[in-house]
Amino acid sequence: MSLEIASRIVAAPRTVVLSRPLKRMLILGVLVAIVVVLFMTLNARGNWGFVLRFRGVKIAAMALVAYAIAVSTVLFQTASNNRILSPSIMGFDALYVLIQTMLIFVLGAQRAVAIHPQVRFLAEVFIMVAFAGLLYRWLFGKSRRSLHLLILVGIIFGVLFRSATSMMQRMIDPNEFSVLQDLLFASFNSFDRQLLLLSALLIGGASLAAWRIAHTFDVLALGRETAINLGVDYQRTVSVILVVVTIMVAVSTALVGPVTFFGLLVANLAYLLIGTHKHRWILPCAVALALIFLIGGQLIVERIFAFNTSLSIIVEFFGGIMFIVLLIRGIAR
Amino acid sequence: MIETQGITKAYDKTVVVDNVTLQIPAGGVTSIIGPNGAGKSTLLSMVSRLLPMDRGRARVAGLDVSATPSDALARRLSILRQDNHIGSRLTVRDLVAFGRYPYSKGRPTPEDMGHVRTALGYLNLGSLADRFLDELSGGQRQRAFVAMVLCQDTDYVLLDEPLNNLDMKHAVTMMQLLRRTADELGKTIVLVLHDINFASCYSDYIIAMKDGQVAFQGSPREIIRPEILRRVYDIDIAVHDMDGNRIAVYYSANGLVNGAAGGAAGGHAPREIIPAGNDRVH
Repeated sequence: MSLEIASRIVAAPRTVVLSRPLKRMLILGVLVAIVVVLFMTLNARGNWGFVLRFRGVKIAAMALVAYAIAVSTVLFQTASNNRILSPSIMGFDALYVLIQTMLIFVLGAQRAVAIHPQVRFLAEVFIMVAFAGLLYRWLFGKSRRSLHLLILVGIIFGVLFRSATSMMQRMIDPNEFSVLQDLLFASFNSFDRQLLLLSALLIGGASLAAWRIAHTFDVLALGRETAINLGVDYQRTVSVILVVVTIMVAVSTALVGPVTFFGLLVANLAYLLIGTHKHRWILPCAVALALIFLIGGQLIVERIFAFNTSLSIIVEFFGGIMFIVLLIRGIAR
Repeated sequence: MIETQGITKAYDKTVVVDNVTLQIPAGGVTSIIGPNGAGKSTLLSMVSRLLPMDRGRARVAGLDVSATPSDALARRLSILRQDNHIGSRLTVRDLVAFGRYPYSKGRPTPEDMGHVRTALGYLNLGSLADRFLDELSGGQRQRAFVAMVLCQDTDYVLLDEPLNNLDMKHAVTMMQLLRRTADELGKTIVLVLHDINFASCYSDYIIAMKDGQVAFQGSPREIIRPEILRRVYDIDIAVHDMDGNRIAVYYSANGLVNGAAGGAAGGHAPREIIPAGNDRVH
């Protein structure tokens, strides 16, 4: 009898053994909590009410951006069935900057600024979705294209968008240019607070759209033909994903400007860490990693480097290395 | 029954499948043979809605493949293409379980898991079930994909060169398995095959394609004949009766286009029906 109880006690822990993804997610969750608490409290002097509100808004913006970049990159990679490309490598955020510049160029700074910022933002996002929708549907809608071609196209589009942007910036009136610069030089220290709520709403809407087709994500990752064989309405699903991705990229670019390799970094680390193909785990893992890097990175930049360096430089450095490693491994395979 | 009506596919001006009207009877094993670039895979892709057709229509079990919702078709028809590249890291069991997606939409029931076990057992993958796909040999991976398609449990199973990457033993096992699936479960199996002897030994019906069109169709006894094979493949192929099967021998064939082999006098067979410049798309 007592033996039986003893064996039951010994056996009991085995039933609560956590699966690997769950364990990793718990650790990541704790890390997220730690960086958030540290960010909110470290070196806080003076009025707590002010400090918490001030830093809270900053954290909210970073959380939004982290979420948008992580989710958009993972979904983009799922839809395009590769792990080397990301929306920013394909020139999505350069396109957004181009659209902003074009707006000033065509309307003039006076009229562009006179438009309510939220209306302008919505218009920009809308134009971006339309453009990107056309462009990337053409690229990814048909049967699988070679990865090398896609990288090449992405780089060329990126350069094209950036050169068109800089050409227009040279042509416009210097006064208008300074207005534009104000719009473009966003960072976590100077993002537009007015846009925060609207951004949250947009991302919420996009997430809802993604949630409704969430059951197709794992299947889509098997590639176009297998997905169609298993009954996924491929064209429609990929179109929805591209719209969702575009909205998220537009929002994150509007809030903090382009960050090329960050999405790639968190998405690939998430695949590595979580070790399952299920998006139910990959997506939260990528978001948690993005939160840790963004908030933790900002913490280091603010408290250790005392604002002497920019977070995007650090992020781009590590993200760029990751990209090269992935490319080399891809070629080796 | 699978019916096509005048289906056509062209890339720019190259017509790959040219106005093919065809009926594949329900039940049994049907093989599609023919030289490279004959349009076999393209035909199969259009019938299985992987590739939109330029003209014509295809119906599987009475369902128009261009008009029927994809998820409804996925419960009647499954297709496996040649090279399946998968980005994510999957175990064999994960992959096979995807075969149940048309029914469970990602929430497999115990019944679905039963199907998965059956399919794994059918293809002798039980011991490999928890291995990752990228740790397997090409042949093992191929079997895993076939298991997924069988797990989908559709009446119509279309396979594009299922013997790719398989050694002799596994190729024979695969063909026996497909034969058994057709006989015992009453499924309709359609294969694209390069090895005409497998087609000869295991099919009920053979469709020979050439230049985007159906050149010949009929039972193995009607198709595996020297005069027909020569017109399909442009080489002289001897056919022997062995243990009731017709076996084609082509390893030292004469009469290759351009005289690439057997240049000796008298080695050239007269070329028929093939107009110049038809040797395209490799």
